[in-house]
Amino acid sequence: MTEKTMPLWEVFIRSRTGLSHRHCGSLHAPDAEMALQAARDVYTRRGEGLSIWVVPSSAITASDPQDKDALFEPTASKIYRHPTFYEVPEEVGHM
Amino acid sequence: MYAQALNVAEKAHADDPELRARFQARVDAEEKIEPNDWMPEGYRRTLVRQISQHAHSEIVGMLPEGNWITRAPSLKRKAALLAKVQDEGGHGLYLYSAAETLGVSREELVEQLLTGKAKYSSIFNYPTPSWADMGMIGWLVDGAAIMNQIPLCRCSYGPYARAMIRICKEESFHQRQGYEIVMTLAKGSPAQKKMAQDSLNRWWWPALMMFGPSDKDSQHSDQNMAWKIKRFSNDDLRQKFIDATVPQGHFLGLTFPDPDLRFNAATGHWEHGPIDWSEFNRVVRGEGPCNRERLKARQKAHDEGVWVREAALAHAEKRAARKAAAKIAAE
Repeated sequence: MTEKTMPLWEVFIRSRTGLSHRHCGSLHAPDAEMALQAARDVYTRRGEGLSIWVVPSSAITASDPQDKDALFEPTASKIYRHPTFYEVPEEVGHM
Repeated sequence: MYAQALNVAEKAHADDPELRARFQARVDAEEKIEPNDWMPEGYRRTLVRQISQHAHSEIVGMLPEGNWITRAPSLKRKAALLAKVQDEGGHGLYLYSAAETLGVSREELVEQLLTGKAKYSSIFNYPTPSWADMGMIGWLVDGAAIMNQIPLCRCSYGPYARAMIRICKEESFHQRQGYEIVMTLAKGSPAQKKMAQDSLNRWWWPALMMFGPSDKDSQHSDQNMAWKIKRFSNDDLRQKFIDATVPQGHFLGLTFPDPDLRFNAATGHWEHGPIDWSEFNRVVRGEGPCNRERLKARQKAHDEGVWVREAALAHAEKRAARKAAAKIAAE
């Protein structure tokens, strides 16, 4: 292959339900403008979205799956962060 | 998002039995495997092969239908066919993206298709000489694809499963528009009905072959089942397809080109005659009616698009350089 590789972009779409933009996939394009156009053709052929973000994949810093335990495991023992940890007498009603 | 660079370091201990056991436990617990997670090399290889073959099939699958876009019998049919072919292109792209998360580049994948190193579904090596074939591809070929693809929505590899969910949602339109075309012909003039029947006669057996070799001859099944890449055997999926499709054909007054086809009331299944696997093997080997034509068309599209890709990249570089220069000047 003598051709240069086409940069990779991650595509985020805000659905019509007013939720935040969500990652929906990736695509290759030479620049941001063409990435937006391609994202519209590839990911919104049936009215899936009202807004698109494209981000160069190389600009994303991801956590390493090997650090998963160190990063996320400590929250498992912190049950006092959930409302059900606290006892409220039934007479008080819904809180 | 998928930081492919991380994959390299992990190859060093690719066959560590402890890692393998932990991996299998995650798969058994129905956890999804994500791009940067440790995975056995065989799992990675199998997925790259399967996902890229699937992507190539979508892209090559645009050709037999593209053949009829300019000759569709009405504006409605033309718009639907265009939308369907555009979907196939989109499906190819979702799948290439999923394969790339395993550390293979798009350029390598395209090269594997063009050099014939990678295969695509044999069904697309059959010609589409009549309009009825557009209906038959939607009804039978997409119908068979859906049977294959629905279980893949639960595949253990996350990016593949997510791509398949999108694809399955869209395939349903393909199958229904195909059945509607066949129904219109089957209820039309005697000549139109004959056209539909002739097309069914040509596509029925190749559609059954889409599920791959019989379970007793399939090389990859056991390991793929254990890895939850595959959930049902080839023969089980084929049977499901036959059971769903035969009544749909009879409803239209069409007959299937299989003298042994009969309903077994005891099992509730339609039983079929022997499949000619020598034909399947011939087409896989490259000796089907359209193998050479399909690859030639892909090669031509690739070659004639080179200047566009080069120009777009050069333009992007020039604009980026200008922007950088303006920024320095402003400072």
